[in-house]
Amino acid sequence: MKNFNLRDFGAGIWERSNRYQRIAIVLLVITLAALLPFAGASFLATPVAAYDAVLVYPVAIFVLMSLGLNIVVGKSGMLDLGYVAFFAIGAYTNGLLSMHTGLNTWEIMPIGIGAAMFAGVLLGIPTLRLRGDYLAIVTLGFGEIIRIVALNVSWTNGPNGISGIQMPPPILGKEFALDDQKLFFWVVLVMILLTIWMIRRLTVRRPGRAWEAIRQDEDAAELMGVPTLKYKIWSFTLGAAIGGAAGVLYAAKNLFISPEMFTLNVSILILACVVFGGIGNIWGVILGGAILGYLPDRIRFISDARLLVFGLVLVVVMNFRPDGLLPRKKREKALIKKGANA
Amino acid sequence: MRLEIKDLHVHYGKIEAIKGISIVVNEGEIVTLIGANGAGKTTMLKTISGLRPATSGQIIFNGEDITGVPAHKRVDLGLSQAPEGRGIFPGMTVLENLEMGKFHRHDRKKEMAEDLDKVYTLFPRLKERISQAGGTLSGGEQQMLAIGRALMARPKVLLLDEPSMGLAPQMIANIFRIITEINKTGVTILLVEQNAQQALQRAHRAYILETGNVVKEAKASDLLNDPAVREAYLGTGAH
Repeated sequence: MKNFNLRDFGAGIWERSNRYQRIAIVLLVITLAALLPFAGASFLATPVAAYDAVLVYPVAIFVLMSLGLNIVVGKSGMLDLGYVAFFAIGAYTNGLLSMHTGLNTWEIMPIGIGAAMFAGVLLGIPTLRLRGDYLAIVTLGFGEIIRIVALNVSWTNGPNGISGIQMPPPILGKEFALDDQKLFFWVVLVMILLTIWMIRRLTVRRPGRAWEAIRQDEDAAELMGVPTLKYKIWSFTLGAAIGGAAGVLYAAKNLFISPEMFTLNVSILILACVVFGGIGNIWGVILGGAILGYLPDRIRFISDARLLVFGLVLVVVMNFRPDGLLPRKKREKALIKKGANA
Repeated sequence: MRLEIKDLHVHYGKIEAIKGISIVVNEGEIVTLIGANGAGKTTMLKTISGLRPATSGQIIFNGEDITGVPAHKRVDLGLSQAPEGRGIFPGMTVLENLEMGKFHRHDRKKEMAEDLDKVYTLFPRLKERISQAGGTLSGGEQQMLAIGRALMARPKVLLLDEPSMGLAPQMIANIFRIITEINKTGVTILLVEQNAQQALQRAHRAYILETGNVVKEAKASDLLNDPAVREAYLGTGAH
């Protein structure tokens, strides 16, 4: 049992399947995920918070944000400690536009994504020349700056936040409702699927190879002709876009936002999801986001001790699986000799 | 295809690492820069490949001033470097590393197969290790990979930063033999070395660097027989 490796097991099934089997697997997984909101009566139920609401936030939105942060931290190896900034920008775009204009959530979505990307480029151009710890410190500062601005300027209502954000308009005649969040979950699920599709497309193409090279040795990448700054900004901006989308969805789900929701804790928690699940591997990251989003609500019955237990779980798991639950393939350690027939 | 460095100055913060160096590398030559630790050899190469900015001075390649051209664009022009400490991608296989060497050429499939063949002919060991991760290769194999990867870019001038570093004597001899072979296919080589004996035997001309200055420039064979050079750099001086 010691040699069992869930990632290799999964990858093995995938590699042995033909085209039709693969389509079947994808449909099966999507169907199972889409049916999750109906599992509320089982052992999955959350004792205090409504189960379908927990599935939307934190679970699905954490998964979405983890996927976004993973592009930056996992794929291209840049430590971003201020990811919450883009989440906040998306959420505030939704809040402000729904306060001042008649735009609905779906119309605001591209604007929110655009605003987050713009902030990503603006922050990226001067700072992505920095590496490692320096970049971490600058992004950490940026995350705090956004929150403190939202707290102190009048047009965001300062600490009072923005309330009365509009519910999204109905989709296919189905209304969004506060007491039934299934539809909302499916919307976020679609966003997650789109994100997975985009990341998988990019990673097998030039950007993916450029990011991989930058992560492993930035100077060497530059010497190979990789315009490293350009690809780093790309990666950072793409991560920002996904964070912004998550922010718009969060504001539309919560209907109220205030600066205290966008503290450093969020950045750290999402980073924890990425590392816990398996940095660099999107399936691991999804698992990490889902578990760390879900666990605190599942164990709410132990009330005060719950954060302590949550922390203990993190420490224990990271001790036994330092590369995460589903780590990326570690070829540095593997001595494969297949194909060597010379 | 001539590489000319004119009055180059490079700083690390306030410290001047290169204090006005001028060198010339003519087409078809192997030119070596030798000198002790801290003489500025690696800084010279990094500045020529574009990883470090020059404070002042000019880098002229093929008649064109490339001092302000970013590193990733210098590869297009025909300058390719095998970096110090090999700088291979540890998590990529040998093949993937070699393919990265062609990143700037936008995946020309036919060229790829052709150039891989050339590299495998020079380094048969790499072909045996084709699907092994770069990080698991021996030091000598990593050096071969770094040189092979630089060749994938079809360079006109190849910059080599201490290819003998940390290698066993037999491997060093092997690497230097291959460097001569590469040069004979028409690639100009600028070689930075601490192993002055080997470098001077293989090179046409040499510059001796001391704390950021060129202190001597001569034909490599003359330096090999120069008593002062023998004493300082070859460790066989007559006392």
